[in-house]
Amino acid sequence: MGTPVLIDISSTLLLIAFLLYIVATICFVVTITGKKWSVEQGENPKKKWGKIGFLTTLVGFGCHLGFFFLRWIGQGHTPTSNMFEFMSVLSLTVILGFIIIHAIYRVASLGAFVLPVTVTLIGWASVFDTNPKPLIPALQSHWLTLHVTTVSIGEGIFAVGFAAGLMYVLRTVDQKKSSAQTFALEFFLFTVLILVGFIILSFLFSAIGYEVSFEYINERGEEQTITYTLPAIAGPHEGEQITAERMQPIISTPSWMQGVDAPRKFNTMIWSVLGGLVLYVGLRLLIRKRLGAAMQPWVMELKPSMLDEISYRAIAIAFPIFTLGGLIFAMIWAEQAWGRFWGWDPKEVWALITWLFYATYLHLRLSRGWHGAKSAWLAVIGFIIIMFNLVFVNLVIAGLHSYA
Amino acid sequence: MADKVKNKRFVLRVTVLVIIALALGGALISAFMNDDTPVRVGEPAPDFRLDNVEGDSVRLSDFEGQGVFINFWATWCGPCREEMPDIQAQYEVFKDQGVEVLAVNIAESELAASRFAERLNLTFPILLDHDRTVTKQFEVGDIPSSFFIGPEGNVVDKHTGILTEDQIKAYMEKIRP
Amino acid sequence: MEQIRCECGHENPYGTEICQSCGKPFDNKQDILNMRYEGVARRSQTYNKSLVDRIWNFFASVRVGMTMLFILLVASILGTIYPQQMYIPQTVEPLLYYEEQYGQLGYLYALLGFHNLYSSWWYITLLVLIGISITIASIDRFIPLYRSLKRQGVRRHPSFMSRQRIFGKSEVDHPEKVMHRVKAQLQKQRYRVREEDGALLGEKARFNRWGPYVVHVGLIILLIGALIRIMPGVTMEEYMWIRDGETVPVPGTDRQFYVKSEGFDLDVYDETSAEEWVPEEFRTEAVLYENVAEDKMGEPQLEEIKRQTIKVNQPLKHDTLKLYQSDFILNEFSEFSFHVKHKQSGDILGEVTVDLYQPQSQYDLGGGNKVELIEYYPDFELDENQQPATKSNIPNNPAFIFEVTTPHVPEGEHSWIFVGQKIEAPGNENQYELSISDVQFNNVSGLMVREERVLPIIYTGLGIAMIGLMMCYYWQHRRIWIQQEGNEIWLAAHTHKNWYGMQKEVVKLIESTELMNPSHLKISKDFLDKEE
Repeated sequence: MGTPVLIDISSTLLLIAFLLYIVATICFVVTITGKKWSVEQGENPKKKWGKIGFLTTLVGFGCHLGFFFLRWIGQGHTPTSNMFEFMSVLSLTVILGFIIIHAIYRVASLGAFVLPVTVTLIGWASVFDTNPKPLIPALQSHWLTLHVTTVSIGEGIFAVGFAAGLMYVLRTVDQKKSSAQTFALEFFLFTVLILVGFIILSFLFSAIGYEVSFEYINERGEEQTITYTLPAIAGPHEGEQITAERMQPIISTPSWMQGVDAPRKFNTMIWSVLGGLVLYVGLRLLIRKRLGAAMQPWVMELKPSMLDEISYRAIAIAFPIFTLGGLIFAMIWAEQAWGRFWGWDPKEVWALITWLFYATYLHLRLSRGWHGAKSAWLAVIGFIIIMFNLVFVNLVIAGLHSYA
Repeated sequence: MADKVKNKRFVLRVTVLVIIALALGGALISAFMNDDTPVRVGEPAPDFRLDNVEGDSVRLSDFEGQGVFINFWATWCGPCREEMPDIQAQYEVFKDQGVEVLAVNIAESELAASRFAERLNLTFPILLDHDRTVTKQFEVGDIPSSFFIGPEGNVVDKHTGILTEDQIKAYMEKIRP
Repeated sequence: MEQIRCECGHENPYGTEICQSCGKPFDNKQDILNMRYEGVARRSQTYNKSLVDRIWNFFASVRVGMTMLFILLVASILGTIYPQQMYIPQTVEPLLYYEEQYGQLGYLYALLGFHNLYSSWWYITLLVLIGISITIASIDRFIPLYRSLKRQGVRRHPSFMSRQRIFGKSEVDHPEKVMHRVKAQLQKQRYRVREEDGALLGEKARFNRWGPYVVHVGLIILLIGALIRIMPGVTMEEYMWIRDGETVPVPGTDRQFYVKSEGFDLDVYDETSAEEWVPEEFRTEAVLYENVAEDKMGEPQLEEIKRQTIKVNQPLKHDTLKLYQSDFILNEFSEFSFHVKHKQSGDILGEVTVDLYQPQSQYDLGGGNKVELIEYYPDFELDENQQPATKSNIPNNPAFIFEVTTPHVPEGEHSWIFVGQKIEAPGNENQYELSISDVQFNNVSGLMVREERVLPIIYTGLGIAMIGLMMCYYWQHRRIWIQQEGNEIWLAAHTHKNWYGMQKEVVKLIESTELMNPSHLKISKDFLDKEE
């Protein structure tokens, strides 16, 4: 279906955008870390690198937009209907959020933390099935485009608030002694490394085309064949391996894990955690201090008050957009498609939870005691909730929205 | 002056709180206390009109002054098949004492219903609820389901599930005019 | 409950932090002034005596509101651990279902009522309490804030000025001239300017301050709509199955409306290539009628009011009544035709066509040949006594007993027909046989019937809330005070959000009017930077 040529071009554009974002990230990191450079005559080299980084980001954004529209034309509907498309659109709107906030505050170094979010999201998106799929009747509506893009724009700007919040935490945490905050920060960075580990492993094993299949009795008591794309550390409970010459499972999935394809998901989780552990421990051995402590000098030159304000401002700008897309458009569409504007579907509830969370955040900002570290942590948690809703609720908690 | 302000304030607060309390109380009570069934024991039964298997129109209100036993059934329902002969037997006893039986068949063909009645020698009217309107009106879920309407048109009792002949007799005595 | 008398002579109510006339702060500190709610006395802070006051103060507290919001948040999360009851099969016993699917935890979940969390009395009560909290907290803050901003003076007390985050002063030679220039420049920067004995107040986007209250009004309307919705009889949710060609009353409308299906159909994407087919479109060609008969229970008199193809995402709407494409059954048997054949000669006497929903009993083939349908089982099975019976009224597995009467067999002979097989009545050899000659199929369309009368309320609430949110976050209330203090001109500025933007505007103002050197401007470092 559609025009395969355009889809191919769009995929290439996404790859180019991905690479440009990596280049831009490096430029931004140079901006914030290269303080030892002497100021030569002419332009401040830091400013120059910031400018180069921002221009690279803009070019990347252009390619990314090209991906979006070519895929739209190529498949005949907006690329907003499966996990790959949701994530690549979100990665696009994160950059949009960065451009908006940059236009207000002109803090290029923010890019050093925002762009990795996009890079990770594009990488993550590519783990899912990237083939265009025909649109089922429930999704054939202009509201699909409106709802998903508006929500994404809101979430993209929330992501900028998250990045600034994270930078605030990195900047202000006292790394001289270990505390609950340093622990929480390390734990968060570890979680990010789990994700990175998952993406790298998925790519490695899909590059060599690894597959191993099992037969087992699934959660509905039916016989099922399940195919792993990662070597099986945990096989299905009382499962039988049907692909020869592959690693034998070391353990079996606990029988109480009952869900669609639970054994494979459990196995993937083990791999991801192991991958994250290897990365984390490796890095710790390499730099011999907390990751947070190693990153702290990067952000040392930034003013905490500026980061606090950017984080708050980004969330304040994003909140009405999220309300419009995630609640109002969602209700109008739900009314039109399902005959009820609100149905307590898990995805809807999680959108409400996200909304309530940020509403609480904005109210707490009224009192001065919640400025600074507390509010920065809330900005971080808020984005974790968004990612949870995007990934976990779609893939694990079944509901009307689980298309991916 | 301060007292005046204070009084005004007090009045405002009380007014706002009372309005909220009344509005919410009303809303919550009607939402949670209402059992939302249109056919309640002690209240008038909703009137309806259906065709019987002969094609004649029958209304519940035609039987004012008589006790009416409304039985919802279908040929595919085992317990319905089982209790029919007992209903017929009691009908023959109470027919002359002013009790009528209306057997409402749920969404089956006229042929299926009339053949069934012929086979069991049923002599009371068999009504056909093709589109389940009356079934929904009486909120019938499981069948057999029986409603007992007194001579004044009020629901005297209702019963879901199979009835024994003794029960049928007792109910009929209750609605006898 | 003493009134606070300011040195300017103004009587301020108890609890006031900043004089409502001249702006003198009543605390004797030197740090940056807390400008929240303009330092007015909030009602909740004033009295704390009677029960009424206590209830009022409870709901007016932001802390209480936030706590309730947090509980709501956590409760909502709990409700998504396992599917809610509305998403599990409707026929099963919930406690058993949850235990079977999710083990002990599932059982506990259902036992505690979490499977019906969002309609539980305590969840709704929580929503209601939040609604009350929003209402009272808004009244408590809005009225004094509105008065304060409405009545605010232009000339401020020196200590009010010097304790603003953006403050500057400089000596000038001709204060009047400078003030004149400043006024013009403020207007150029689109400030609304008020002047009062040598003092200027430039103000911008004051409506931004009403934003939160507009949002709250919208949310209250939304909550009221939601509350009305749970009252009986406000919404109607029904379901109907309709066969191709049928005209049936719309459930829930007391025979006011009838709908006819002129056929259900479905399209599939690229049938050949896909491993499993993906539907492209479901649609029912529907006609909506209104029954205009006086007596709704009597013979309906139908008048066509609308003709539309109902698709997913394109419901049929008539006033508040809506019909949605929801489900379908393809290829249900609708008609069977039989040839009646004389077995020996092979002559076909005629054809009998049986409508499987409303079968006739007599079929006249002419020439004295008759067929009677004696028994009909739409969904044939043998019951517990091994007697023929039907499982349902849907013709999934139709079975028939016919009696054929001809001049040759005036007493008639019986034949049994099941789908796919024939059995003759045992005992005697039949002369005639019936064989299926044609089968007709029907599609059945599942339509959802909805009437949502609160929809306008809900949308109004959402719209108002959205406008309020934009007022809150896309505009900022900015104020600049400029006044003569002897030979000096003092400048102070305040905003609630976006200090960065405020700062830029002040710098622009002083640079273009040469009011003072920007380095004279004291922009207080943020509290956070100080804390380091």
